[in-house]
Amino acid sequence: MITESKVRLATIWLSGCSGCHMSFLDLDERLVDLAKKITLVHSPIADIKEFPENVDVTLIEGAVANEDQKAMLVKARSRTKLLVSLGDCAVTGNVTALRNAWEHSDQAVLKRAYADQSNKNPQIPNLVPKLLVHARPLHEVVTVDHYIPGCPPNADLINYVLTELLAGRQPVMEGRSKYG
Amino acid sequence: MSRRIDQNTVKLRINGIQLEVPEGITILKAAETNGVEIPTLCELQGLTPYGGCRLCVVEISGTTKLFPACTTPAASGMEITTHSPKLFEYRKLVLQTLLAERTHICAVCVANEHCELQAQANNHGVDHVMYERNWSCEEVDSTHDFLVIDRNRCILCTRCIRVCDQIEGAHTLDLKLRGKNTNVIMDQDQKWGDAKSCTSCRKCAKVCPVGAIYIEGEMIELTKDRDIAAFLTKRRNRQK
Repeated sequence: MITESKVRLATIWLSGCSGCHMSFLDLDERLVDLAKKITLVHSPIADIKEFPENVDVTLIEGAVANEDQKAMLVKARSRTKLLVSLGDCAVTGNVTALRNAWEHSDQAVLKRAYADQSNKNPQIPNLVPKLLVHARPLHEVVTVDHYIPGCPPNADLINYVLTELLAGRQPVMEGRSKYG
Repeated sequence: MSRRIDQNTVKLRINGIQLEVPEGITILKAAETNGVEIPTLCELQGLTPYGGCRLCVVEISGTTKLFPACTTPAASGMEITTHSPKLFEYRKLVLQTLLAERTHICAVCVANEHCELQAQANNHGVDHVMYERNWSCEEVDSTHDFLVIDRNRCILCTRCIRVCDQIEGAHTLDLKLRGKNTNVIMDQDQKWGDAKSCTSCRKCAKVCPVGAIYIEGEMIELTKDRDIAAFLTKRRNRQK
């Protein structure tokens, strides 16, 4: 599936706590082996502003919670061969999506965070990206090829899925993944 | 050819193996006693079968319909398949609909890693839910001294209701309404703290497969006791 000698890998951080990226860094010494096989073309841990073209594998942490993230996800999808949901927020919405249980949850959370807690000139900021009504898992917005569930996903599981994908194999999740 | 005539047993095949089992037992029981494990969720030994979760569906040759193993009686001549790619997909589908129906967020749930729904999802490789989720906002009732019900995590397996009725004999818990509005209630849909028939025996929390009913301040692994209903039934029968 992936033929180039060095795989172009990207990671993206949407609405999540960065725990999934921490778990990715928990690959520890395995990162050294991984570094021989990949080129990191975009990541919150590598300061590259624009999401590049022709990416082989993109790991995405976090749910889609606002318009900017949605646009970012759609762009990443169009430029990536294999898109992987990394962690529960990307897979289920998780804590990010707790607000979905409320009606008009986009307005409700802003009001709660900026207006209800303030007694001096409360105002809801209009410079931040517009929140989506519901925080959504990635596969409700774009096609996702693989899922690595967990909050955060185990480093061994991330390693397994990456190893399989880099070898051009399909990861088998039965009995391996931990839902939620 | 001579045939042994025994009215109390039936002959059937499970996964191609010829078996003779007592008449009147369910397919699930027949499979279990012969070492075939069928995944279950609402079923619990010591309580009457409910057939609600549909995780234990099996194939019976001669019909395309799937049957719940926990409520279907074993009958003579049945050829039963308990594990196949088709059944595996159906079970995955059942688990995903259960996960989509209410707000199951494992990361903030007391039963995380001690949850039968989560365990079954793991066993079946459910790494995501393909349906759009319902994002329910059901009532949480913590008015009881120490028992709490978070209906957002409830899968309506009715284990709590059955154990309350059949083992404790209180019948405090029951269901109200139908379809997606169905919910577990106490007495006449009162707050748990006001439900006079509740004996505070904790059995509902012990048998809950998920984190819907739990004991405040107690570690969930100490609360859960899957064998409580079977144990008490056995003890009571011995006393008789």
